[in-house]
Amino acid sequence: MTAVTPAPPSTATPAAPADAPPPRRPGGRSRLRAAAGFAFGAALLFAVAPLALSDFRLALLAKYLCVAMVAVGIGIAWGRGGMLTLGQGVFFGLGGYAMAMHLKLADAGPGGMPDFMQLYGQLDELPVWWRPFASPWFALPATVLLPMAVAFGLGSLVFRRRVRGAYFAILSQALAAAMVILLIGQQGTTGGTNGLTDIQGFFGYDLDDPVNQRMVYFIIAGVLLALLALARQLIHSRYGELLVAVRDSEERVRFLGYDPASVKLVAYVVAAGMAGLAGALFVPAVGIISPALIGIVPSIEFVIGVAVGGRATLLGPVLGAVAVAWARTALSERFPGTWTYLQGLLFVVVVAFLPGGLASLWALARRRDADSASRRRGWFPTARRRAERAEVPTA
Amino acid sequence: MTVLFGQLFTGISIGAVLLLIALGLALSFGQMNVINMAHGEFIMAGAYTTYVLQQSITGAGLSLLVALPVAFVVAGTMGVLLEILLIRRLYARPLDTLLVTWGVSLMLQQLARDIFGSPNVQTRAPDLLTGNVAVPGGLTVANNRLFILALALAAVAALTLALRLTPLGRRIRAVVQNRDLAAVSGIPTARVDRTTFFLGSGLAGLAGVALTLLGPIGPTMGTNLIIDAFLVVVVGGIGQLKGSVIVAFALGVLQATGEYLTTLSVAKVIVFVAIVAFLQWRPQGLFTLRTRSLA
Repeated sequence: MTAVTPAPPSTATPAAPADAPPPRRPGGRSRLRAAAGFAFGAALLFAVAPLALSDFRLALLAKYLCVAMVAVGIGIAWGRGGMLTLGQGVFFGLGGYAMAMHLKLADAGPGGMPDFMQLYGQLDELPVWWRPFASPWFALPATVLLPMAVAFGLGSLVFRRRVRGAYFAILSQALAAAMVILLIGQQGTTGGTNGLTDIQGFFGYDLDDPVNQRMVYFIIAGVLLALLALARQLIHSRYGELLVAVRDSEERVRFLGYDPASVKLVAYVVAAGMAGLAGALFVPAVGIISPALIGIVPSIEFVIGVAVGGRATLLGPVLGAVAVAWARTALSERFPGTWTYLQGLLFVVVVAFLPGGLASLWALARRRDADSASRRRGWFPTARRRAERAEVPTA
Repeated sequence: MTVLFGQLFTGISIGAVLLLIALGLALSFGQMNVINMAHGEFIMAGAYTTYVLQQSITGAGLSLLVALPVAFVVAGTMGVLLEILLIRRLYARPLDTLLVTWGVSLMLQQLARDIFGSPNVQTRAPDLLTGNVAVPGGLTVANNRLFILALALAAVAALTLALRLTPLGRRIRAVVQNRDLAAVSGIPTARVDRTTFFLGSGLAGLAGVALTLLGPIGPTMGTNLIIDAFLVVVVGGIGQLKGSVIVAFALGVLQATGEYLTTLSVAKVIVFVAIVAFLQWRPQGLFTLRTRSLA
């Protein structure tokens, strides 16, 4: 309520801005390093992983990479913009359902209806709002534009009235709750708790064929790299700096003549679009979309990967999301109860004591020589100082 | 007319449950700006306390009476532990508190699963609370719902009096209004915070006891309620209780009416849209403390 924040503004400057006056590092070198990083990532995703992993493991990796796409968006909205969105599942679900509706209609053939409708809904003909999804020219853009439109609607209402912080987090979570209840309630037209299952084909290709599954993996890997490139451009643009400024001191930015609401809105909408795309690609990779995948719990689980990896970094959210998703599969198969404890512990330990995520360990190690003298012992002050420092981008 | 009354009473009874849960949240959120996602698990703790007590105390009525104070203390103690171990270290970062307490809530749910098993358990309601009572005009209302309403109102009354009249209440109000000024005036704000957290968590325990009258007890019973309760606090405005009281009943009635006119699922969406629309009008909630801060 009476937060006095005399934080020096200098700590909030990104390290490699595209066009800020005094670049700390030559821009050309940083760009070169980024290009090399992307090449390395592409080699890993496109050459090493398909050769090293079995079909089953590759399909799992495809699923994790979809989660990682959501994480890239959360990294922008939360890590860079300070908006804790606990409802990314909504956008993931909108994208996923849009894609699944199209694929179901394609499976059913022209004039056909998805199987579950006769079963639960006793419907004789397709509901009106399903019809446009028969056309790929509508359904494919909708997977991204629909989530963005919902985010724009909610965001423009909420940010303009300066609803923020915990209030915004609760509202975004309530949106996820409302969406799930709505989906389950309208079982006849949405498939209810089961969701849309048993998807056979993907634009004429049979999804049971391992070769086609591999193709889906390559699409997902390519899209993830493209989203990372987009995120990097966004972070290192003038807009990216403005976003961090809004996160660190919204009032100060407003007094400088900017409109923080618009700045936040862009980040929120971009994050929603990324989540929608992730949901759309999740459907062919896994073959199902259901309320259990998009509700309150999965929505908040998207966040934990971001926190583990390092919320304000570019790669941290991706690596964290993949690592957490992998750990979940590896552990929950064998010890289901233990995984829940571990997940809870992960939330507590990472967020409370390592707010910068694992990326901050890296940064900490690099800085250790530089200013070890300034760091004193003491639990909380260190953690807090570390938090402030860790949120300074390090790449 | 009968239908209208019935819906109204259903709404009020939903509101009473929401109110019992939201009171504790309003206390801790208002004073410490802390979002405690584990509040739902304190409700669960209260409910399981009732269940455990019923294993040893045979009379359903007596065990319920004993459960009320015991659940208050059990949940309150859990809250204080949480405050001391984690939340105290995170006061400067409210959003992170939300995630940390979510982690705690996951662990508590799993703990409940390990102790009591995944399937829901049931308690016996005392005979006195199982029937209906006739209201003039040929209407009936369920006794257990009436009891919960009375419990919620009693909690509000007790809390209001405590805040108004006791030295502790005076200190709490001072910290809510201006923490720094309270601190320099010699109020031990850290200790007041802990007491507030005890009270708030204890109220969640009471809510848990009340919920055993309405349905089964399960490890995840708190998760769904907690979001509605947070919405009550957000819409009601922080720092004061009357906002939460009014909004809890308003949301309950809106939910019940929406459910009656459409379906349960559509009603949830209606409530959400109504809340977003309301925040356009009053972004800080129904009642707010006037401060000079920008936020």
